[in-house]
Amino acid sequence: MSNLLNVSQSPHVHGKESTQRLMLNVVIALIPAFITSVFYFGAGAVIVTATSVVSCLLFEYLIQRFVLRKPISINDGSALVTGILLAFNLPSNIPVLIIVIGSFVSIAVAKMTFGGIGNNPFNPALVGRVFMLISFPVQMTSWPVPKGFGTGYLDAVTGATPLAVIKEGLKNGEPISDLIARIPTPSQMFLGDMGGSMGEVAAIALLIGFAWLLIRKVITWHIPVSVIGSLALFTAILWLVNPEKNASPMFHILAGGVLLGAIFMATDYVTSPMVPKAMLIYGCGIGIITVIIRVYGAYPEGVSFAILIMNAFVPLMNSYIKPKRFGEEVKNG
Amino acid sequence: MLKTFPIGGVHPPENKLTADIPIEYLPVPENVIIPVSQHIGSPANPVVAKGDTVKVGQVIASGKGFVSANIHSSVSGKVSKIDLAPDSSGYRQTAVFIDVEGDDWLDTIDRSPDIVRDIKLSPEEIVKRCLESGIVGMGGAAFPSHVKLTVPSGKKCDVLIINGVECEPYLTSDHRLMLERGEQILAGVTILMKALKVDKAMIGIENNKPDAIAGMTRLAESFSGITVHPLKVKYPQGAEKQLIKALINREVPSGRLPLDVGAVVHNVGTAHAVYEAVQKNKPLFERVVTVTGKGLTKPGNFMVRIGTPLVKLIETAGGIPGNTGKIINGGPMMGKAVTNTDVPVVKGMSGVILVPGEESVRERIRPCIRCAKCVSACPMNLEPYLLMSLAERNLFERAEAERVTDCMECGSCSFTCPAGRPLLDYIRLGKSNVIKMARQRNLK
Repeated sequence: MSNLLNVSQSPHVHGKESTQRLMLNVVIALIPAFITSVFYFGAGAVIVTATSVVSCLLFEYLIQRFVLRKPISINDGSALVTGILLAFNLPSNIPVLIIVIGSFVSIAVAKMTFGGIGNNPFNPALVGRVFMLISFPVQMTSWPVPKGFGTGYLDAVTGATPLAVIKEGLKNGEPISDLIARIPTPSQMFLGDMGGSMGEVAAIALLIGFAWLLIRKVITWHIPVSVIGSLALFTAILWLVNPEKNASPMFHILAGGVLLGAIFMATDYVTSPMVPKAMLIYGCGIGIITVIIRVYGAYPEGVSFAILIMNAFVPLMNSYIKPKRFGEEVKNG
Repeated sequence: MLKTFPIGGVHPPENKLTADIPIEYLPVPENVIIPVSQHIGSPANPVVAKGDTVKVGQVIASGKGFVSANIHSSVSGKVSKIDLAPDSSGYRQTAVFIDVEGDDWLDTIDRSPDIVRDIKLSPEEIVKRCLESGIVGMGGAAFPSHVKLTVPSGKKCDVLIINGVECEPYLTSDHRLMLERGEQILAGVTILMKALKVDKAMIGIENNKPDAIAGMTRLAESFSGITVHPLKVKYPQGAEKQLIKALINREVPSGRLPLDVGAVVHNVGTAHAVYEAVQKNKPLFERVVTVTGKGLTKPGNFMVRIGTPLVKLIETAGGIPGNTGKIINGGPMMGKAVTNTDVPVVKGMSGVILVPGEESVRERIRPCIRCAKCVSACPMNLEPYLLMSLAERNLFERAEAERVTDCMECGSCSFTCPAGRPLLDYIRLGKSNVIKMARQRNLK
């Protein structure tokens, strides 16, 4: 036979999944949250998202092209996801230059210095966000009041987030019942009609995205459920012990970035554990640290810090928490 | 809820193109090449010489030691030479070359179409007959069957499990055998039950073969102790440990055999071969081979004499399509890519797949994104990403501690990896080094 045959080891077939497809599914899962952010915050949401996505892609391209001189891989979709997630963690009135700086920190510092995709120990979008929070505390904590398309961009009317209202009020000794009256109702919060980071407000949109990620088998339930579950349990205990000093678990789940963090940030493949048992421990760690920061810490919100802290434990968990292998300890009969 | 194994597994596209095509007898070729090592264990010793005349079913090489198998002539004719010939993986090994003259069978073989259910042989005689007839596992591994039928003292078998799963994509030889030779298979199962002294046999069949499930269930009513169990379609359910877990929920401990949990597993093809050996006195010299592939004009299931060159088989199936990029001996998940189409059909060959060029090359390797999909795909609950990275860095002691030797090389990890990483290639490297290390330790 004149034609040469290919020879390789088995398996000779490959599934249809690819990095690009997985990232595309994450982007699709983020679309509902993007729509709600535009619905509540208007043009600012579009400007912030576009700036963040473009600068993340651009920095990754520039670094691969001119610094590393390696093949360009921005089409794998991971920088796109980082860009969207960074934007979703920002107020919709943040100036463009600050976003560009944050994107630079996310991509250049948190991702590419460690060797690019697959090698970064900390979630790049969160590193960027926390850098911005510390460097530009005023701009990062002035939250536009949701007024739909009339919200404007840099000139948006701002107000406190529900978490900040509760935190500040409790510090001044006001009873929780008075404070609850000053924040949106649970159904408003569920639909996203409140101040906050542009992608985190609408619980319903994030839950739709969660369903998509589960259906497409992009992630498993372990991390989101353990984050939300542990947070709910911890806050429920505090609430039951002293309902006048603590907000309800429902409030803690709907306010702030718990859902965005649990569903989209904590589940980042690279920075989360590899086996289900470790995923549950990691998720519970995030839930508990979030409550500690919210209730006892200086910041009203703690999801970003909690995820980054638990990111640091992931290599340790991967080394010491092992799945129960088939046939390892067998009890038959 | 259909039964299946609980951990890991994947569902590759089934592509059972030949499921509806009846088994067709392939004409006897003009010459055959019969390797003396078609099984796991020691190669057999040739007992014929150049110039000898042989009949169909005559022993031409006899098994050496307990873990070995006799080799029989699949044709009648004259031995032209005993020489090295490449096998399907490209290694050269001893084979008997025979030029075919006529089709003259040994008189001892019962060629009547009657199905004989009544078993005259004692359990010991059945094992002896399997040994003499060169019966090996027909599912692909080709492990000598008499070894699995010999229960060592101190061990006890309480259930016989029959593997009709055929979880590999494309392959349909077991499926067709169950449809066309169901009664013979069940008679074979009864023989195996007698040899193992068990009164219970369970046949596992995946739910993508409803006709086989229905047919076997109906036939099994007239046999005592045999039950048929539909299983959820999931690869690698045909692996012994996974099938045992799925059917009787027992877990074979790491490094141990099914017998350690009281089970013995045989393939439906093996049960059929045992029936023919015991009731018809017909040694193993032919088998069903699925010849398939998306570009093939006449794919099918063929009853082929052992030693027939692959090229004959492929010609009958319509010839090699012009765009063929790879030819696989076995299924696409665990089969081997063949290096040459002149290699012979052997006892463990269940299928030949002709893969079009565009599907025959691997994807570009991209960085691991630590998605953990390999971990959830692994039916042994190992961590393939870790085993690969340990093997890449020559950290074989750690690979051993991470149980690399538990890997059965099913390929679910490589199949699943979204970054197209060759996980199993590196795991094999790790495994072979760990086995080498263990052997050196034992020598000290």
